[in-house]
Amino acid sequence: MSWIAALILFPALASVLLFVIRKDRLRNAVCWGSSLITAALSVWVTYRYFGMGVSFSFPGEGAIDSFMMAVEVLAAAYIIFVGIKNKKYLICLFAAIQTPLMLWFELTRAHESGAAAGIVFDKLSAIMVLVIGVIGSLICIYAVGYMRGYHIHHEDYKERKAFFFSILFVFLSAMFGLVLSNKLTWLHFCWELTTLCSFFLIGYTQTPQAKNNAFRALAINLGGGLAFAAGIVFLGLRFNISALSEFIAMKPETVVLVPVILLCIAALTKSAQLPFSSWLLGAMVAPTPTSALLHSSTMVKAGVYLVIRLTPLLGSSAAGKTVTLIGGITFLATSLLAISQSDAKKILAYSTIANLGLIVTCASVGTQEALWAAILLLIFHAISKSLLFLAVGSIEHQIGSRNVEDMDILMRVSRKLSIYMLIGIAGMFLAPFGMLISKWAAMKAFIDSDNILIIIMLVYGSSATLFYWTKWMGKLISNANRKAEGHHTFHITEEVPIFVQAALTVAACFCFPVVSRYAIMPYLSGLFGGSAAMPIGTNDVNIMLIMLSMLLLLPLGFFSIYKNDHRRIVPVYMGGENAGDNKAFNGALGKTRKLELRNWYMEKYFGSAKLTYWSDTLCAAILCVSVIMLVLGVMGL
Amino acid sequence: MNFIKKSPWILHYDGSSCNGCDIEVLACLTPLYDVERFGVINTGNPKHADILLITGSVNEQNIPVVKQLYEQMAEPRVVVAVGICAATGGIFSECYNVVGGADKVLPVDVYVPGCAARPEAVIDGVMRALAILEEKQKTARCKKGTQEGAGV
Amino acid sequence: MIALEILAIIILTPLVGGLLTGADRVISARMQGRKGPPVLQPFYDVFKLFQKESIEVNTMHRFYVYISIIFVIFTVIIVLLGGDVLLAVFALTLGSIFFVLGGYASNSPYSLIGSERELLQMMSYEPMLLLASLGLYYVNNSFYIKDIISGDTPAILFLPGIFAGFVFILTFKLRKSPVDLSMSHHGHQEIVKGITTEYSGKDLAIIEITHWYETVLVLAFVYIFFAVKDPVSHVWAVLACVVVYFLEILVDNGSARVKWQLALKSSWIVTGIVGAVNLVVISLFR
Repeated sequence: MSWIAALILFPALASVLLFVIRKDRLRNAVCWGSSLITAALSVWVTYRYFGMGVSFSFPGEGAIDSFMMAVEVLAAAYIIFVGIKNKKYLICLFAAIQTPLMLWFELTRAHESGAAAGIVFDKLSAIMVLVIGVIGSLICIYAVGYMRGYHIHHEDYKERKAFFFSILFVFLSAMFGLVLSNKLTWLHFCWELTTLCSFFLIGYTQTPQAKNNAFRALAINLGGGLAFAAGIVFLGLRFNISALSEFIAMKPETVVLVPVILLCIAALTKSAQLPFSSWLLGAMVAPTPTSALLHSSTMVKAGVYLVIRLTPLLGSSAAGKTVTLIGGITFLATSLLAISQSDAKKILAYSTIANLGLIVTCASVGTQEALWAAILLLIFHAISKSLLFLAVGSIEHQIGSRNVEDMDILMRVSRKLSIYMLIGIAGMFLAPFGMLISKWAAMKAFIDSDNILIIIMLVYGSSATLFYWTKWMGKLISNANRKAEGHHTFHITEEVPIFVQAALTVAACFCFPVVSRYAIMPYLSGLFGGSAAMPIGTNDVNIMLIMLSMLLLLPLGFFSIYKNDHRRIVPVYMGGENAGDNKAFNGALGKTRKLELRNWYMEKYFGSAKLTYWSDTLCAAILCVSVIMLVLGVMGL
Repeated sequence: MNFIKKSPWILHYDGSSCNGCDIEVLACLTPLYDVERFGVINTGNPKHADILLITGSVNEQNIPVVKQLYEQMAEPRVVVAVGICAATGGIFSECYNVVGGADKVLPVDVYVPGCAARPEAVIDGVMRALAILEEKQKTARCKKGTQEGAGV
Repeated sequence: MIALEILAIIILTPLVGGLLTGADRVISARMQGRKGPPVLQPFYDVFKLFQKESIEVNTMHRFYVYISIIFVIFTVIIVLLGGDVLLAVFALTLGSIFFVLGGYASNSPYSLIGSERELLQMMSYEPMLLLASLGLYYVNNSFYIKDIISGDTPAILFLPGIFAGFVFILTFKLRKSPVDLSMSHHGHQEIVKGITTEYSGKDLAIIEITHWYETVLVLAFVYIFFAVKDPVSHVWAVLACVVVYFLEILVDNGSARVKWQLALKSSWIVTGIVGAVNLVVISLFR
C-alpha cells in the first residue's frame, strides 16, 4: 500500500523539487535521479503486487478528497482567469460548469455511496504502470539532453526549464493516479490534471501559435472532462455508484449506456479520435519530449485505457458499435492522411491517431481476442512511438529540419540515429514486429465477431500505413553508401533513452508471448471468465520469432560476402547524362542541373483539405446520431 | 556452358543520324524478323545490356554520353556500329560538329554497312557480335583464372 | 523429412516459375504473331546474368535484393507446407518491402520512381490480398492452408467475389499490363526498368528468380480456392491456375498501360465492392 502511494507521490515530490531548484546542473542531476527512481518504483511495485493484485482504500480518504477539491477549485479559477485574459470563453464555460458540478456532487453525494476500494492494482494497471514508469522516465531523461540543445537552437523562446521539468513529473504522477484509481472522482481528478499539464506543456514556447494550440487542446479535453463529470454525476445520482469496478460490473442496459457514452466521449477526446483529433496535431509545436510523452505513454493512452476498462459494457451495445465505428473511421482516415504529410512529427501524429483508433476499435468490439490485441497494441505502440519521437527530436537538432525529404542526409550525419529510426519505423508496421502481431490478432478478432465493415477499413488503412512508412524508410537509407560527414555527436542523455527504447522495441517482440501469458491472459480470463487462449497459434508465433531472428542476423551474414566481393562502381543511370557525381546531370543548353529526388505525397488525393472535413463530419454525425438515439431510448423508458 | 550467346540483351543508342537505321533496328523486333527468337531483348538500360548498338555518327555533344553508357555496361560487352554513319560518319562526316564514326570514341567490334542497314544485316551483325562476346567472356575467365592461380 | 521437403520446395519452385515465365513469353509472342524465344529462355537469361560481371552504383543496394529473396522463399515454404495464409501474406509483404527499399537505396531517379510506383501497386493490391486470406479463414475457420485444402467444399463456392477480386489484383503482382507501372517484364521499357535499373549481373538474376518464386506463390493462392479433400479437385485446381495464368497473359497483351490514379482507384473499388459484398453475404448465412 505504501509503495503504491510512493509511486504516485514520488513524481509529484520530484516535480516540486525540480521547480524549486534554479541551478541547471543540479536540476539535471535531480531529473536523472528522479526518473530512475520513478522507473525503479514502477518496476518494483509491479513486481511486488503482480501475482495477486491489490485493492485497498487509503485511511483518511476524506482528507484526500478535500485536497483534491481544493486543487480543482484552484485549477478552475486559473483556467477561467487565463480564459478571460486570452478571450477564450469556451474553456471558461467548460470549467465553470464542470468544477461546481463536481464539487456539488462530491460534497453532497459522494460519501453516501459504496464502499469500494479507492485503489485497485490488477494486471492491466500493472501493464500501464510499467509503460508509464519506464517509457515516461526515459522521456524525462531524454528531456534533460534535449532541452539543453533546444534553447541553443531557439534563442527567441523564454527559458522556463524548471517549469517544464516539473510539469513532466506532475504528468507522470497524474498518470499513475489515473491508472490506479478505482474511485471515479479520483479518476476524474487525475484526468483533469493531465489535461492541465498538457495545456502547460503545449504552450511552453509561448508563441502565438503554441498558445493557440494549447488553448485548443485545453478546450477539447475540458469538453471531454465535462462529459466525464456528467457521467460520474449521473452514475452517482441514478445508481449510487462511485467506483469504476462497480460500474463495469453492471449490465449494459439502455440507462446504463448514458454514462457509458459520456465516458466514451471523454475517452475519445483524450485519445484524439476523429472529430476531436485536431488538438493532438496542434500539440506538435511543443518541444519534442512533450510530444513523445503525450503520444506514447501518457495522455492519449489515458483515453484508450478508459475504453479498455469499459470493454465489458461496450461489446455489442449501441454505445460499443458507435465507438467501434468511430475508431475504425479514424484509423482509415488518418492512415490515408499520413500519406500526404512530409513533416516527420505530423506523420507520427497521424500515425498515433490511427493506432489509437485501432486500439479503441479493438477494445470496443468487446471480445476476448480483440481486447488482447488492444492491450498489446497499447504496449507496442507506446514503445515504438516514443522511440520515433525521441529520434525525430534529435534528428531535428542534428540536421536542422524535421522534414522527411531532408532526412536522406541523415545516414551521413549520424548513422546511429538512422538505425534507431529504422528500428522504430519497422516496429510500427513490419511483419515480425509488435504492431503487426497485434494488428493480425485484431483482424482475426474482427472477422470472428463478424465486423465486416471494420475489416474493410482495417485492410485499406493497413495498406496506406505500409505506403507512408516505407517511403520514409526509403529516404533514410537512400544515402547509406556515402561516407560519414563530420562528427556530430549527440548528448548521452539523448542517446541512452533512445538506445534503451530501440532495444525495448526489439525485445518486446521476443517477449510478447510472455507478457501475454502472465499478464494479459489472466486479466482477460478474470474479465470474461473461463480460460483465455492466445489468438495467435504457437506455431505462428514461432515462425514470427524465426523471421525476427533472420532480420537481425542476416545483415551480419552479409559482412563476409561484402569482404570477398568487390565490384566496379559505376555512376547511376540518367540517360547517359550523369554529370559524374550522381548529384547532377547535364541538362539542356549545356547547363548542369542538380538532381532532386522527392517522394510521392499525392496531396490531391490524400491531402487534409480533401479528407479531414469529411471524416470529421462523418464521425461527428455518428456520435450525434447515437447520442440522440440514446436520449430517445431513455425517454421512451 | 556459355549462356551469353543465348541471351544477348541490347542497348540501342542513336547518334547524329537520319533515323533510317534507327527504324530498321526497331524493325528487327517486329513479327517479320522477330529477334526475340534468339533471346534478344531491347533493354534500354546499359546496366542490363550486353551489346551496345550504335546508329548514327558521333558528335561533340554526345561523346560523353556514349562513353558513359559504355562505362555503365557490365563485362563482357561489345559494340556494334550499325549503318555507314556509325562506321565513318557517313553523309554527316563533313558537318562542323561531327567527329566521325563510333570507333572514334569506343572500341567497335562489328561494323554493319548500309544506308540504311537492312534488318537482315543488323541481325547478322548482332550474331557476329555474339561470337566476339563469347570470346571475350572466355578470355575474361582465363584472366581471372590465372590471377587466382597467381594468388595461390 | 521436413528438411527434405523444404529443400525440394526451394529447388523446384524456381524451375516451375521459370518454365511458366518461358511459356508466358512464347504465348505472348504467338499472340503477337511472332515465333518467340525457346521455352527455356528465362533460364538462359538468368544463367547468363550469373556469368556476367556485376556492377553497382553503391555498396549497399544489393543487400536488399538478397534479403528480399530470402523472405519470398520463406513465404513460399510457409504456403507450400500448408502454413498460415495470413502470415504468408505478411511475410510476402516484408519481402516486397525490402525489394522496394533496394530501389530507394540505389538513389537513382529511375529506381526511385520505380520504388514509389511499386509502393503504390502494393498499396493497391494489399487490401485484396488481406481480404482474400481473411475470407478463406471466414469460410474454413482456419488460417492454415493444410486445413483449407482438406475441407469438403472448395472455397471458391463461398468466395466467388473474393476470387474475382484476387484475380484482378494478380495483374499487379505478376507485373502485367495494364498495371505494370513500376517495372514491366521482358521486352518493355517502362521507366527504364524501375527498381531494377541499377542492378546487373548476379543481383538482376536474383531479382528474376524472386519473380519466379512469386509467380508460383500467387498461383498457389489460386490453387487454394479450388482444392479440397477429394483428389479430383486438385486436378481442377491445377487447371484453374493454368486458366488464370492464361487469362493474365491475354490481358497483358490486350491492354495498354494505365495511369497510376486509375490503377489505384480501380483496384480499391473492385476490392471494396466484390470483397465487401462477398464477406457480407457470407456473414448473413453464418
